[in-house]
Amino acid sequence: MISKEQVTHVADLARLEFDEAQLNNFTTQLDKIVDFVDQLNEVDTTGIEPTTHVTSAVNVFRDDVPQKGEGRAALLKNVPEERDGLIRVPAIIDKEED
Amino acid sequence: MVDYFKEDITSLHDKLVHKEITVRQLVEATYDYIDKTEGKVNAFITLNKEAALKQADALDEKGVDPDNLLSGIPLGIKDNIVTKGLKTTAASHILDNFMPVYNATVMDKLDALDTITVGKTNMDEFAMGGSTETSYFGKTHNPWNLDKVPGGSSGGSAAAVAAGEVIAALGTDTGGSIRQPAAFNGIFGIKPTYGRVSRWGLMAFGSSLDQIGVMSRTIKDSALVLNAISGHDEHDGTSAAADVPDFTAALNQDIKGLKIAVPKEYMDEGVDDDVVSAIKAAIATFEKLGATVEEVTLPYTKYAVPAYYIIASSEASSNLQRYDGIRYGFRAKDVNSLKSVYVRSRSEGFGDEVKRRIMLGSFSLSAGYYDAYFKKAAQVRTLVKRDFDQLFEKYDLVLGPTAPTPAFGLGEKITDPVTMYLNDILTIPANLAGIPAASVPAGFSKDGLPIGVQLMAKALDEATIFKAADAFERHTDFHNQVPAFKGGQN
Repeated sequence: MISKEQVTHVADLARLEFDEAQLNNFTTQLDKIVDFVDQLNEVDTTGIEPTTHVTSAVNVFRDDVPQKGEGRAALLKNVPEERDGLIRVPAIIDKEED
Repeated sequence: MVDYFKEDITSLHDKLVHKEITVRQLVEATYDYIDKTEGKVNAFITLNKEAALKQADALDEKGVDPDNLLSGIPLGIKDNIVTKGLKTTAASHILDNFMPVYNATVMDKLDALDTITVGKTNMDEFAMGGSTETSYFGKTHNPWNLDKVPGGSSGGSAAAVAAGEVIAALGTDTGGSIRQPAAFNGIFGIKPTYGRVSRWGLMAFGSSLDQIGVMSRTIKDSALVLNAISGHDEHDGTSAAADVPDFTAALNQDIKGLKIAVPKEYMDEGVDDDVVSAIKAAIATFEKLGATVEEVTLPYTKYAVPAYYIIASSEASSNLQRYDGIRYGFRAKDVNSLKSVYVRSRSEGFGDEVKRRIMLGSFSLSAGYYDAYFKKAAQVRTLVKRDFDQLFEKYDLVLGPTAPTPAFGLGEKITDPVTMYLNDILTIPANLAGIPAASVPAGFSKDGLPIGVQLMAKALDEATIFKAADAFERHTDFHNQVPAFKGGQN
């Protein structure tokens, strides 16, 4: 059984927040989903290696040579708030930091 | 002037080369028809008309290359594939103003062949869903019955092709997102082998599962477009170094002696009667064409869905960390700390289904739960893959329905996540195993909704799928049926 406290904890890990109504709804739904995925416990996986990718590639290296990027002006076009060619964010050290 | 229901890429190419029509006329006719049908279907998020017409004029000036079948052919592109200078949103509020600064590798490859991007097609937000109902940009309607979903997540691409708005479109498939909408819309759709097509520039959802593929009315058209987009790419370390065969060489072949396996789990209870009948008829057609068909068992099928939802959601929760409101995308207003930029931008920018997946993924990866959920799912994935490896030692193809039911009603499943997830039971196994799989038009339900038969082959053996699908297409007439655009009052 998933509790509201667990959902709040996971939401914080995922940098999400929910109001009380959403929290109730997500807790009910996640509980159903977790209940559904729990059927994996019926499978005996003793000694079975996990599969995290399906290619035979191990590590893919390339030479460490500088490559031309898109340039600052192009990249800044998608930035929500910018000033003087820099990305603007709220103060990182701030008395209001929660 | 141009009716996509009566053409394929080859016939359009002939008309262009022989100057029966100009590229501009083809592009204009495409948009004229889209203007007439979009009100019913809503397959596109963004149209690219101005740039497309400019490109058409340049091509008319230069002349269509008689040796390049794709020259001047208008295509639809799913909106999670980045297109330089053309808005790309993944159907999410968090990217609703995002303008890519580079092209996906598949777009560079298509651009080099002078295809024309008609627009960006609608989809479930970040490709998470099976009905295109989680899009921030409204629902897409199934052209066969406007009150039904087009499937998803590539529902816009599928509906655009089925409605005759484009001749072919790119889709993406993480757990069935090309094949299920192809089945629901009565068209062909292929998810190639994991690694066959570069994922560079595909907005990541489940990186070990995602694959770009093609949807079209005819099998030859998909073979032509897949030829164009396949191949190793240094930008994608998981792309396959293997040679790419000419997939059209698999067409017009005899399939005598082809060995086909039908897992009994794929025809179990839960699969609609009309679907079972259509698949049985398809089996009979393959037997008539000289294939041998045998019933087999894939015992871990039932566990593929829960394993998939843990793995895909875990990968998604990691991939979607990049949407933080800082460098691009939506940023919440009136935020006074860095953490609240992240939390508020993500909470206001993502829709509910995306949040559910991020939550399930974060939970599965979190301390104390990793072994019981993520690792367990990855072990079950090994068993699912092993099942297929053993089958492909004896058989050339695995056959079954693409989806357990024909298209369901708009609004019918969206409130119940688990029921929606179970609709993917027949498509998910191919993604877990990384093998190629396609949906081929195979009939209609009593209500006139399309049904697809799914063909799966061993890794890198798309050619056998094309060979069998093409033989089936030549001996059936399902792909020539035209949707009625009925319903749509609500």
